[in-house]
Amino acid sequence: MTESVTSAPPADTRAGKPFLEVKDLQVHFPTDDGLVKAVNGLNFTLERGKTLGIVGESGSGKSVSSLAIMGLHKGSKAKVSGEIWLDGAELVSMSVPEMRALRGQQVAMIFQDPLSAMHPFYRVGDQLTEAFLVHNNAPKAVAKKRAVELLDRVGIPSPDKRFFDYPHQFSGGMRQRAMIAMALMCDPALLIADEPTTALDVTVQAQILDLMKDLQKEFNSAIILITHDLGVVAKMTENVVVMYGGRVVESGNVRDIFYRPEMPYTWGLLGSIPRVNRSGDGRLKSIRGTPPSLINLPKGCPFQPRCDYQEHVEGANCATELPELLQIGQEQHRVRCHINSEQRKQLFTEQIKPSL
Amino acid sequence: MGRYLIRRLIQAVFVLLVISAITFFLFWATPANPALLICGRNCNAETVAQVNATYGFDKPLVVQYGQYMQGLVSPGGRTIGSEGNERNCAWPCFGESYQNGIPVWNSIKDAFPATLWLALGAAVLWLLSGVMLGLIAALRKGKFIDKFSVGLALFGVSFPTIVFGYLLLFLFIVKLKWIPFPDTANAALFTVGPVKWLQFYILPWITLALVFAALYTRITRANMIDTMNEDYIRTARAKGLGERTVVFKHGLRSALTPIVTIFGLDVGGLLGGAVITEQIFSITGLGKFSIDSVLSNDLPAIMGVVLFAAIFVVLANIVVDVLYAVIDPRVRLS
Repeated sequence: MTESVTSAPPADTRAGKPFLEVKDLQVHFPTDDGLVKAVNGLNFTLERGKTLGIVGESGSGKSVSSLAIMGLHKGSKAKVSGEIWLDGAELVSMSVPEMRALRGQQVAMIFQDPLSAMHPFYRVGDQLTEAFLVHNNAPKAVAKKRAVELLDRVGIPSPDKRFFDYPHQFSGGMRQRAMIAMALMCDPALLIADEPTTALDVTVQAQILDLMKDLQKEFNSAIILITHDLGVVAKMTENVVVMYGGRVVESGNVRDIFYRPEMPYTWGLLGSIPRVNRSGDGRLKSIRGTPPSLINLPKGCPFQPRCDYQEHVEGANCATELPELLQIGQEQHRVRCHINSEQRKQLFTEQIKPSL
Repeated sequence: MGRYLIRRLIQAVFVLLVISAITFFLFWATPANPALLICGRNCNAETVAQVNATYGFDKPLVVQYGQYMQGLVSPGGRTIGSEGNERNCAWPCFGESYQNGIPVWNSIKDAFPATLWLALGAAVLWLLSGVMLGLIAALRKGKFIDKFSVGLALFGVSFPTIVFGYLLLFLFIVKLKWIPFPDTANAALFTVGPVKWLQFYILPWITLALVFAALYTRITRANMIDTMNEDYIRTARAKGLGERTVVFKHGLRSALTPIVTIFGLDVGGLLGGAVITEQIFSITGLGKFSIDSVLSNDLPAIMGVVLFAAIFVVLANIVVDVLYAVIDPRVRLS
């Protein structure tokens, strides 16, 4: 497969090698029902200080990919292949102890549901210091000072007192802030945020996102933002990867994805965003059908069973041939679709754009 | 916390009161006639009347129950015996056995250590083996050791204690002669020394622990498998913690919480006597004492042993609830 998105100009460090490069990543899970092909050939790059959004429905392989970067499939039954290069080190082939040294230190993760992601029996402060002490040979007092600083930084009031609280004594938004503080304990160069705001209400969501942007500027970390919320993507990211059925179906910079999308699935995603500033028939558009089974992925285009634009395809069979992820135009905008680019542009401006 | 404990203790007293009343009136609802048993073979109307007067059987049941409870409640105990032959029965007065006239409290005090050692030893054995097997099985889910543990647990729960106990006794004492025949005098640790004491208790411990160990293996395994799939375990790994910290500090800590509950209740229950195991190995503990007293319609002994066992169960409940709040910060005592 030859799919890749380069975000930002190539860095001059490490002889032009990007900070994070994922090459042809595949993650498969053998189960009793068959092989679950969760991720099938994922490629992207990311530089420090930049944010990459990965969007797609549930089961499109977003979270599984991020867990692969964390090396959290190691020791499980999952089969991971391909390459993940982080700051000159290859993670897929890395041993568990080496990977463990990187986790939390180089790569940290913010999980979706901060209530279940924090241990209910330990104090928030202790969970934060634990993340620090495992990588730093420092006295507990130093770790505590750092934890209180970060709790303060993420906007938790009277952090020196809340340090001693248990997770259940925090509100949802505060828990997510504490999660972020925990992820930042060791100044990670790469932060993976797996739906960090999905469990939160909208006002808190905006605060958390602002916080993440501020912290990114401060720490110059690279962020992978996994979400199915395109509003979050628009606000936060420079580059976007749209995943479907474990594959990238469209990728590019955020303007291309929002203003010049060419893949019917991306059109569907954009059409399903609720708008408050628009009156009309009042019904949200949904994409018909359901996501494909990852055990029996469609032979051809993964989106084919749900695609309404197949009649525009010429000279290829959507049901049997998998379209390549091809670059269009000058920028790193890539689309996986059998419809030719001119036709797609026309369809978008004539049929899709007016209804967005 | 203090108020909670006081309320629970008051509740406990109430529960014990109900238990004592039920036991007492249930006994008199049976066709048993203690007066006939006491006067023995040469019974006639006169001797029966005499016995009735001596033991107060001629009084209404409510009065008898009141007198009985007086012995447990009033600090001075109560006076028992017929007129002219009155004697004080010191607190706590559970009365005197109809069988041999020995104060029931003395018998209970004599029988309790054997039961205590039996229960505690077995508890340590089943807790350690059950949790360990369950933990290993959970961490090696689907592997040979897991299937082995689950199989062993199935064997343990389905093998009747009475068969297993006699099998052990026959094999190690009668056939192989590795262990001398149980001599009840060896039940006391502080007089016979640890070697004889261990020899005496080892088979009873294994017998008693088998069923519990099997149950605990299954519970630990199931809890541990659930816990290791929790999001916070993933978080712990994502922090870069070592697998041992993840398993023991983050996993086992949560998985053991329900174990604490059932462990407290199981041990509390056993302190009232392990009937079958004590019977097999001729341990003169509370279990054997309760069997004997039931078979001989010995009301004071039955009342005594039932109340004594009930106290442990009720207390174990309170201890478990408090412990639960200590372990899990989300639980509030109220």
